[in-house]
This record gives sequence, structure tokens and C-alpha cells, in this order.
Amino acid sequence: MNKWSRDQMAQRVARDIEDGAVVNLGIGLPTLVANHLPPGREVMMHSENGVIGMGPAPKPGEEDYDLINAGKQPVTLLPGGCYFHHADSFAMMRGGHIDVCVLGAFQVSGRGDLANWHTGAPGAIPAVGGAMDLAIGARQTWVMMEHTTRSGEPKIVAECSYPLTGMACVSRIYTDLAVLDITPAGVRVVERVEGLALDDLQAVTGVPLTR
Amino acid sequence: MIDKIVPSLEAALADVPDGATVMIGGFGTAGLPNELVEALIAQGATDLTIVNNNAGNGDTGLAALLAAGRVRKVICSFPRQADSHHFDRLYRAGKIELELVPQGNLAERIRAAGAGIGGFFTPTGYGTELARGKETRRIDGRMYVLESPIHADVALIKAERGDRWGNLTYRMTARNFGPVMAMAARCTVASVHEVVELGALDPEAVITPGLFVQRVVKIARASTAGGGFKAAA
Repeated sequence: MNKWSRDQMAQRVARDIEDGAVVNLGIGLPTLVANHLPPGREVMMHSENGVIGMGPAPKPGEEDYDLINAGKQPVTLLPGGCYFHHADSFAMMRGGHIDVCVLGAFQVSGRGDLANWHTGAPGAIPAVGGAMDLAIGARQTWVMMEHTTRSGEPKIVAECSYPLTGMACVSRIYTDLAVLDITPAGVRVVERVEGLALDDLQAVTGVPLTR
Repeated sequence: MIDKIVPSLEAALADVPDGATVMIGGFGTAGLPNELVEALIAQGATDLTIVNNNAGNGDTGLAALLAAGRVRKVICSFPRQADSHHFDRLYRAGKIELELVPQGNLAERIRAAGAGIGGFFTPTGYGTELARGKETRRIDGRMYVLESPIHADVALIKAERGDRWGNLTYRMTARNFGPVMAMAARCTVASVHEVVELGALDPEAVITPGLFVQRVVKIARASTAGGGFKAAA
């Protein structure tokens, strides 16, 4: 089966981010999106720990651990960028001032419920961070993930079996097989990887797909 | 004359009682006032409730306070990190209580305490296990959860420059929880790298007005070490 690579997925997400958007990228796969913004598109990158106008990683030797991102990695500040405290940073999310956030996920339900913070496994130490605030706060919450688990189980499901991060908050899903919209009428296929039949996509998806 | 500058870390923390709720600024290592936390370890207060975004990194600062067995409860959003081994061990042994709070709710609950708010309705966490048992309300068609303020006896925060009135500026993302914690504690102790004369801070650039701060202590500048990275899945 044909699959998009992680960079191709990031490229596909980046294509949908509009010029001038305020964007928050989650830890992991979504972070790659920043590398693929088309030339000439200016966006403001927000990070939950209190920075907007975040730039790329510093050159080796120029790291300053007072300037970090949500993953606690050193970053830089672009001209025009600024700092603010945590309550303001989360007001930006909750208050609907962030246009798009892109998050990883364990599971997404057909209604757009998101599970991405905790497996609920016995002995696992729960850690939520800003995931719940971001999921329900941004004007659009997009998920970027593999279409199935490593063992081939669908990650797009009728009901999430993992603990929820937020209810009915995801509007779009980018996987390595397809781009999907969550609509009141169900999950709609926007785009498929080349050569993938709708039936084959349906076979690895836990909810009915519409065109 | 108002003079909030204290001569030493010891003097700044001399009266922290056992059982106190202590807010500690920082997101990972950025803004974590390591020197104040080390002084709290030396001071000896125990049975503490700690409010911090995380639950310690490596073996110093907050991690060392936990390792010393001085903390009864941690209120935080993201305890589990690649270098949170002291918290992990205590938690798995049932020796420490954890109140896990979504990060924005944590910041807003702290802010609410400082602002005299008795509680607030937030959409964050609705329908999740972190809102279980909490009052909910539908407002204009959307569901919200009632969250309560978090007050503290003491806040330990790391700032950049300060004056004898307690006015503070911060450095980059090390600001994080400092300004809201300063508002929420009865006694806020700020470490600064520079003490300046009154009037030397640009009044347009003061981030924490001095009335929120009770004590300012100067510490030597040391570059912040990295830490608090996400644990490998």
C-alpha cells in the first residue's frame, strides 16, 4: 500500500495553513509542519509556554534554555515576536485567538472526539500539559497521525477507547493515507494517497467514510 | 522606607512553615528558581504541597526537594518527563499525592486566586476524566466546568531584574508562571540577577508590579540548563 512519508504529510498540512494564520504545532510529528510552509507564507507560531513569533532552532552553540518551546527544546524569536505569561498564553487558546492547532493523536472518533494524552494503562503516570486547552481552544483543531496503529488497528474509531482529551473538537485529520474532514454528516474523504481505492481506505477506518 | 531586598536566600525563606503550599515558577528548567528551591531544602520545611507545571527534572532543584521526602502533594500539569525519575519513583510507591490539572486551568486557577475570583467556568477538560465530579454548566450552548482558585502561602519565582519596591522584569520564556504565581501567594519571593535603583526599570516594561512581591533576593547569573524533555513513548 502506498503511504505518504512524514515529510509529505507535513507538506500536505502546511499547504492548508493560510497566510497570516496564528498557528500552534503540537510536540512530535506536527512540529515538522514548520519546515514545509510554502515560500512567501507568513504565519505566527505560538507556543504554550509564552511566546509568539517563534523561529527555528538556534545554531549549535547558540542555544539559550530560557527560550524554549512546548517540547522544552531551544528555539529562536523572529523580529516582531514577543513573550507573555502562562495565563495570557492559555487565554490566547481558550479565547479563540489561535487559528489552527495541529496535534498528534492516539485516536479520533467519527464525531471529532480526541484522545491524545494518556493511554490509561496501569502504572502509566498521567501527564496532560496543554493538550486539553489546545484541543478545545483553537478555532480549528487538526490531527496529524498514522492512519492505523503499528498492529494495523484503525485510529479513526466510532468511540475512543483511550481517555478523552476533548469532545467533538477535531475538524480535520491528516494521515499517511488520506485527508479527512469531520462533518455533521460523517467523515468525508478529501484526498487519498495515489492508487488507494476507497474500499481499501474504508477497510482500515473504524467509521463509515463518505466522499 | 520600603525595602524588599533581603540579604540572603536563607533570610528570604526563614519562616516557611511545615505544611505550607508553595508555588514554584518554571516550565521545565526555564524560570525554575533552583537557588530558592535549594534554600528551601536547606531550610527544612516539610509536608509541603508544591504547585509547579512539572514535577522536577534530573536530581537538583524541585527533583531534589521531592527526593528529600519533603513533599506531600504535587499540583501540576505534566509530571512525567524523560528526567522525572524522582517523582516517578515516589508516585509509583504511593508516597506522593498528585493533582493533575490541564495547564491552562492551572495557570488560570492561580491567576484567579491572585485576582480575587472565587471560581470560573472553563471549557477545558469538559467530558474528560480530569473534570470528573466537577460542576458543569451550559452557557450559550457550550459546556463548561467549574474550576476553583489555587492560593499559596509562598511563591518562589525567578525574575531577571528587580528593585526595592519589588518591581520585576523577566527573561524570555522564563517568565511563564512567575507573574501569576506572584499574585496568588501571601508571600512572594523573587530571585533576580540584578538589583537596580528605583526608577531604573522602564515603567512601561515592568511585568510584575512590586505590590505582588514581598521579598527580592539577588543570585549570581548562571545559564539555564536544558531539561524536562518529553519522555520517550
